[in-house]
Amino acid sequence: MRHIISILVENEAGALSRIAGLFSARGYNIESLTVAPTEDASMSRMTIVTSGSDDVVEQITKQLNKLIEVVKVVDLSEAEHIERELMLIKVKAGDKGRDDMKRMADIFRGRIIDVSDNTYTIELTGDGAKLDAFIKSLDQGDIIETVRTGASGIGRGNRVLRV
Amino acid sequence: MDRVKTGTLTGAQIVVRCLQEEGVEYVFGYPGGAVLFIYDELFKQDKVKHVLVRHEQGAAHAADGYSRSSQKVGVALVTSGPGVTNAVTGIATAYMDSIPMVVLTGQVPTHAIGLDAFQECDTVGITRPIVKHNMLVKDVKDLASTMKKAFHIATTGRPGPVVVDIPKDVTTASCEFHYPESITLRSYNPARKGHAGQLKKAVQLLLEAKRPLIYTGGGVVLSNASSQLRALVRNLGFPCTNTLMGLGAYPATDKQFLGMLGMHGTYEANLAMQNCDVLLAVGARFDDRVIGDPANFAQNPRKIIHIDIDPSSISKRVKVDVPIVGNIPDVLDDLSRLLKDSKPQEIKAWWKQIDEWRAKDCLKYDRKSKIIKPQFVLEKLYEVTKGEAFVTSDVGQHQMWAAQFYKFNEPRRWINSGGLGTMGFGLPAAMGVQMANPGATVACVTGESSIQMCLQELSTCKQYRLPIKIINLNNKYMGMVRQWQQFFHGNRYSESYMDALPDFVRLTEAYGHRGVLVENPADVEPALKDAFSRKGELVFLDFITDQTENVYPMIPGGKGITEIILSEDL
Repeated sequence: MRHIISILVENEAGALSRIAGLFSARGYNIESLTVAPTEDASMSRMTIVTSGSDDVVEQITKQLNKLIEVVKVVDLSEAEHIERELMLIKVKAGDKGRDDMKRMADIFRGRIIDVSDNTYTIELTGDGAKLDAFIKSLDQGDIIETVRTGASGIGRGNRVLRV
Repeated sequence: MDRVKTGTLTGAQIVVRCLQEEGVEYVFGYPGGAVLFIYDELFKQDKVKHVLVRHEQGAAHAADGYSRSSQKVGVALVTSGPGVTNAVTGIATAYMDSIPMVVLTGQVPTHAIGLDAFQECDTVGITRPIVKHNMLVKDVKDLASTMKKAFHIATTGRPGPVVVDIPKDVTTASCEFHYPESITLRSYNPARKGHAGQLKKAVQLLLEAKRPLIYTGGGVVLSNASSQLRALVRNLGFPCTNTLMGLGAYPATDKQFLGMLGMHGTYEANLAMQNCDVLLAVGARFDDRVIGDPANFAQNPRKIIHIDIDPSSISKRVKVDVPIVGNIPDVLDDLSRLLKDSKPQEIKAWWKQIDEWRAKDCLKYDRKSKIIKPQFVLEKLYEVTKGEAFVTSDVGQHQMWAAQFYKFNEPRRWINSGGLGTMGFGLPAAMGVQMANPGATVACVTGESSIQMCLQELSTCKQYRLPIKIINLNNKYMGMVRQWQQFFHGNRYSESYMDALPDFVRLTEAYGHRGVLVENPADVEPALKDAFSRKGELVFLDFITDQTENVYPMIPGGKGITEIILSEDL
């Protein structure tokens, strides 16, 4: 089963490789991993999308908590949460199909953030399924380049992860 | 945070001052380019004594043995690059057995890091998966607080080795020295007290048990909870078994003790484990060498209470019913208090069953043999040392026989590499044990294969006059490998025969010690008595033992407890 795990970690050198190393050493999956400092620069917030049985995910959270630099861990997918991912996608936009491409971006609420004679670069935000759907809806030959951030997640309502 | 202010010092001086502040008595190490300034400062003082090993693996094992046999932190000091990589086996050994150690490693100067400098390696990267924590100090101002943090992390919670990587320029830079008296980390707060509700549930289960068993591991030894365990076991009247790492926590000569359990554990301990209805696991982790196949173990329904300081040890291989995370002495005290006025169920029938299993006499061996039986040597070792020795071991058959036949009545007397299974551990660990316990009797039980992995330390033993007694069970085979090849590989003894062995007696003599060859069963006891009467001398006893002897009982790897092989089965 897919799980989305949020981690607050001391913003120290090596913390990221400690966490990534834990996943590879113990044979856990990482589907995606995002990390950046929080409003408190001494801490980073990481979102890891992983998959595994309940027992495996329980071990993942326990093993993460065991790392000295990890301040807090929560399995966001245990309850209501929101997740978003950002994609930048560069597509062919020559004379033929340039309007169609614009229309398609609009339908998915994407924004065109860079334009050249024969390309558009579209910024698209949403959950993973929406980004997948956008890619699927394009003619595969039109896609030049894609880059995705991986999911970031946050709990709904009063559910918060902070120190 | 209270801080003691004491003026400006160099990084090297700070390192030594921190060791002094921590009350470190011995540092086991080996000098080299990156740590020269630290060695220079060690030279100028005499509070912290340095023990010069002959290989960095020995430094780590010696610091480890020092820690296991005392209640102190073991400290090792090695140089960058090969100094570190040589120490890696020793650090991993300590990590697998949760031994509190601080390993100081030299590093190339900060400006050279990442440039493939001479004797550079990514120490923090290499050691990351085999330490409780590690830290690279890039600024001398962080050095003292990092050292404090290292000692704090190594000794609290589930203990473990901590590596502090110190670049050479940090040892020459200087700053004001403040050594923090205490330290708090927002991300690290090990539990102490067990959860009250869980404790109540545990008490309920223990009182209802008809076939209870108490199974304890290295955690009881490490947390110094032996007296609390003894009180609880005796009050309840329940049977108790220890893991390889837990031996000595409960007295082996007590009638409630069933012996060690696991792959080479006793028949009675293993069958009690399989057939109990309530299992109290304390500071143990249900590892593959203890319960074998978890699916087989889970076939028999039973309620499991698991006490451990490390939440990740709980429900890792076996799902437990009542998890209690906490400091073992505190939790056991709480349990005893809650059980004080209650009476457990009558368990006579269970004891009767256990006694039937005991009657199998699963450790029996041929006592009339004309060739020395290794078990016989261990029995005599136990008698001659009156069960009071510190016994270190290497890894293999001799280790299992030592665990089976030396009856440890006190904790921290049995020193072996249980988790990583490191051949070469025994001798350097014995050095640390002897340093921590001057005047005590220290025996290193080993084999002709293991001993050669850290043999160079005989030289260290000479330099520091360490009167260790080496019990070499020489069967000219990597015995445990040979045993597996006999059982599971059709008697094809692939590369397990030790050809071209040295003459251990002359070799030991070359190092300046006493070596004795023992070939007849009748000579075993006199040789041991003579060796142990030589208080100031290292004696290497080379026992030529039966080449075909196997360790029984045995539960084959990955199999269930019920598939136990006894000597009579073959």
